[in-house]
Amino acid sequence: MPIKISLKTIDEQLQRKVREISGQNFSKCFQCGTCAGSCPMVEHISATPRKLMALLQMGQRELLEAANTPWVCASCHTCLVRCPRGLDIPRIMEGLRQVVLRQNINRIEPSNLQPEEVIDLPQIAMVSGFRKLTG
Amino acid sequence: MKIAYYPGCTLKTRAKNLEIAALAALKALEVEVEELPRWNCCGAVYSLADDDLIHIVAPVRDLIRVQEQGHTTVMTLCSMCYNTLARANELMKTDEIKRKTINDFMDEEPDYKGEVKVVHLLDFLRDEIGWDKLKEMVKVPLTGMKVAPYYGCTLLRPKDVAIDHPDNPQILHKFLQVLGAEAVDFPSAIECCGTYQVLGNPEAALSVSHHILKDAVDHGAEALALACPLCDYNLGRRQDAILGKFEGMQEVPVYYFTQLLAVAMGVSDKELHLELNRGSSSELLKDKNLLKAAG
Repeated sequence: MPIKISLKTIDEQLQRKVREISGQNFSKCFQCGTCAGSCPMVEHISATPRKLMALLQMGQRELLEAANTPWVCASCHTCLVRCPRGLDIPRIMEGLRQVVLRQNINRIEPSNLQPEEVIDLPQIAMVSGFRKLTG
Repeated sequence: MKIAYYPGCTLKTRAKNLEIAALAALKALEVEVEELPRWNCCGAVYSLADDDLIHIVAPVRDLIRVQEQGHTTVMTLCSMCYNTLARANELMKTDEIKRKTINDFMDEEPDYKGEVKVVHLLDFLRDEIGWDKLKEMVKVPLTGMKVAPYYGCTLLRPKDVAIDHPDNPQILHKFLQVLGAEAVDFPSAIECCGTYQVLGNPEAALSVSHHILKDAVDHGAEALALACPLCDYNLGRRQDAILGKFEGMQEVPVYYFTQLLAVAMGVSDKELHLELNRGSSSELLKDKNLLKAAG
């Protein structure tokens, strides 16, 4: 699908927030796709990390918000270890999550979890899951 | 040899088999383990937001407790605790501005500059005990066991806290070989088990876990050895869901590496707490004549 780009379609505020929260300059990405080839969740994400970097460079808020990628990302850090540009993609994913979570919008609702779903879970699953997916 | 030990929350409840087997094995190795008398949750994941320093406070407090006990090194068994403590420590060592903010915030604590060394039991065995000495101490070699060393993420990434090469680690392979087992190399050894996505995207987590187990079996493994309670949950406890969903899968025993260490050190069966593993875990050890009760 073609994307229309003009000065009006670039969401600079979103770009600035993600830069500030992640501490990363996503303009460095040169679209090699190593991250996409390394991502264990690639079958389950609607846009690859490579595509997300391109959307960020173009400030495409709507398309970024529509992608499930930051919410399926497990912070495994494989993309970071392999990125030839040294870009800390897990931090950029965190930035994309935080711009949503900081508006008090949770990705999962702890109160909706059924006791039988969580009774057996190790604490580190609960603590890390709530840290990543709730505000 | 004496070492300070940080257990973390899960080891006192869901992952008692990781801890109790490790402590018994370390006793057999004549290592004196001193659990920190006061510790708090490390936060399980290291904060990735640049402006979020409050989540660094908990692991730093634990590191200050280590210093208070007069130790310079702290050992962990859980991979996630290792990662969180080690990364918080790196930040305190290298980032002067953030270090000052955190120290100023914790005005009741002494200033901390990253002086403590954070190690995982695996690198402690390699660097402090040494593979040769460990090999000498093996009483019950795990002969005939084909075990896939599964590293997961947090022992290897990011690079600055990796206990071995992030893309081609050998430490768990070597560990298994020293104990007398055959280490079965498989490509998914460093892939993610799905971790906390068991909460957010359980089906995605199930699918990546299935991929890892299948890959291990396809390469000839009879069992998996791992170090993280969340990997153990996704690959072990949740294996019934994988067996139910994916055709042609067989059950795979999953052990904590500490349980295999304990078996090799000749620790009594009851300290292995195999009742907390999948049923097939005891059976495989019995088949190989490695459990005392069977022998």
